[in-house]
Amino acid sequence: MTEIFGVPTQALFGQLLIGLINGSFYALLSLGLAVIFGLLNIINFTHGAQYMMGAFVAWFLLNKAGMGYWWALAVAPIAVGAFGVIIERTMLKQLYKLDHLYGLLLTFGLALIIQGLFRNEYGSSGLPYSIPSQLQGGQNLGFMFLPNYRAWVIVFSLAVCLSTWFVIEKTKLGSYLRAATENPELVRAFGINVPRMITLTYGFGVGLAALAGVMAAPIYSVNPLMGADLIIVVFAVVVIGGMGSIMGSIVTGFGLGIIEGLTKVFYPEASNTVIFIIMAIVLMFRPAGLFGTPR
Amino acid sequence: MITLRVLALLAAVALAVGPAHAQISDGVVKIGVLNDQSGAYADISGPGSVVAARMAVEDFGAAKKGMKVEVISADHQNKPEVGSSIARQWYDRDGVDVIVDVPTSSVALAINQVTREKNKAFLVSGAATSDLTGKACSPNTIHWTYDTWMLAHGTGSAIVGTGKKTWFFLTADYAFGHALERDTEEVVVKNGGKVLGKVRHPLNAQDFSSFLLQAQSSKAQVIGLANAGGDTINSIKHAAEFGIVKGGQILAGMLVFITDVHATCAFAKRFAPQYKGNMPTMVQAGIYSAVLHYLKAVEALKSDDAPKVIAKMKEMPTDDPLFGKGRIRADGRKIHDAYLVEVKKPSESKGPWDYYKILATIPADKAFRPEKEGDCPLVK
Repeated sequence: MTEIFGVPTQALFGQLLIGLINGSFYALLSLGLAVIFGLLNIINFTHGAQYMMGAFVAWFLLNKAGMGYWWALAVAPIAVGAFGVIIERTMLKQLYKLDHLYGLLLTFGLALIIQGLFRNEYGSSGLPYSIPSQLQGGQNLGFMFLPNYRAWVIVFSLAVCLSTWFVIEKTKLGSYLRAATENPELVRAFGINVPRMITLTYGFGVGLAALAGVMAAPIYSVNPLMGADLIIVVFAVVVIGGMGSIMGSIVTGFGLGIIEGLTKVFYPEASNTVIFIIMAIVLMFRPAGLFGTPR
Repeated sequence: MITLRVLALLAAVALAVGPAHAQISDGVVKIGVLNDQSGAYADISGPGSVVAARMAVEDFGAAKKGMKVEVISADHQNKPEVGSSIARQWYDRDGVDVIVDVPTSSVALAINQVTREKNKAFLVSGAATSDLTGKACSPNTIHWTYDTWMLAHGTGSAIVGTGKKTWFFLTADYAFGHALERDTEEVVVKNGGKVLGKVRHPLNAQDFSSFLLQAQSSKAQVIGLANAGGDTINSIKHAAEFGIVKGGQILAGMLVFITDVHATCAFAKRFAPQYKGNMPTMVQAGIYSAVLHYLKAVEALKSDDAPKVIAKMKEMPTDDPLFGKGRIRADGRKIHDAYLVEVKKPSESKGPWDYYKILATIPADKAFRPEKEGDCPLVK
């Protein structure tokens, strides 16, 4: 058997694939953050809580309404997105003219409140949510056993990421959005309802978080704190990719997932710090991030 | 001369006034429940432990006996520095006499140290490291419910006994995981088994598939899970997903909590309504039993002076509805029978909470590490 640095190549391929799966979550979450920051200039610390809410909505739908995973995939992002719209309309709207710091504090506070409420109600050890019957089982790829559900996660999140990128960077709607962040007065002069567009954009970013939450529910247990740990890593991903850069967040999301996966093979103890080490190095040499443009 | 006479008079007055309470500091026995109220271990200990402590105070009948007992609680967030600063504040400023519970071995070891320094009492139920009655043993600490040695020997030797000799460990990377891995490895090797490899994962790791893949490629017959709480749940989930059990390897959860106490349904039935309908865990049951025994010792001594109470607790045999009869050894280890259980197949389970079948009862003197092998300086 061939080996690379003392690790059999077979095992290495397996780890690369697993890294890609975890990277899908990083990419989906950091994409939402990048959209919100890029277009609203809000550092959305509630993102982790909204991801958790997505998973909880999936759980509610299954246990209270008998609606399965596929329904949740459609309903949860809309429900949590609507919650996001309410937050934007009632609170965030007041902060656009102020420093980034205010938005950060508000969203951070909201995240703590939401997580606290859920924890109080559902405890901290998590609720079970099983993999939909269509995606149970897996394929033997020779070098590893790939569960069908994980394959689905990669494919689906890649599709969502790329279509989001396409809409924002390549379509007319996307060009309005980008123009509105550069110069809202001018865009409004063309007869476009800028505040509504901003509100819906926030709702969309939040919906992405909820979508990731639904996808995570069958893999991890549905837990009030599931987003709290993840959000810090995802912020590091966004910073490395360049705040607000859509493609940057997608590429670094998947890339860092892979790097983290490899760390778990070569030096598992460092697997939850490696991303922050990379962040520190990137910030030293490229303060705007790998794909960001200095402002 | 006058001052001397006044002092003598005061002393006489003090002697005359209620000898019963003279020795209880501030006239109240204060019990501090220190644990994880919000994180990964909140459900196995957490607010439920506080409920269990209150139930013990109630069942002891403190009010009827004219003893004032107060139960307070705090969240140590699984961080040793947070835990020890709360403990210092409790001992120095708030007049706490005894700290109970403290899951997360790294925090428990810190509190063990602080308690010894302040010469107070510490009753451990939630933490597992066998070092608490081994090289870190203290005259101020009693380790109640379980420990890593017991888990390792109970589960480990049973599995090696079935002919599964090669092991791979998935270990939580902190004091508890290390202790559990060490104790289990010892059992495996002693019984002719072999450890093929181990991987240390961070506490509260999100994804275990990477680690499990390494376990899978090691071709070990048994994957020992030296972790706890949410980490164990996710390890088992991901192992099923990746077809590890189907592939012929077995998973050995060294520490699995079930929110269930067999011994006394009556206790569970009283507990549940006070804690959102949840059943008590063994950690919470341990709190009940430990607090009850502590209060009995305080009553017998009419004092809450920690070193004396701990000595008295070791002297008196323990007896309560949950753990039955037992005793506390010189090294601070509380001993009682343990059960080796196997999870029932879904077809065998008769309903919620009916998940276990008892494979064997391990008698108290076999369930825990022999006193002499622990390197505890208190054992001569």
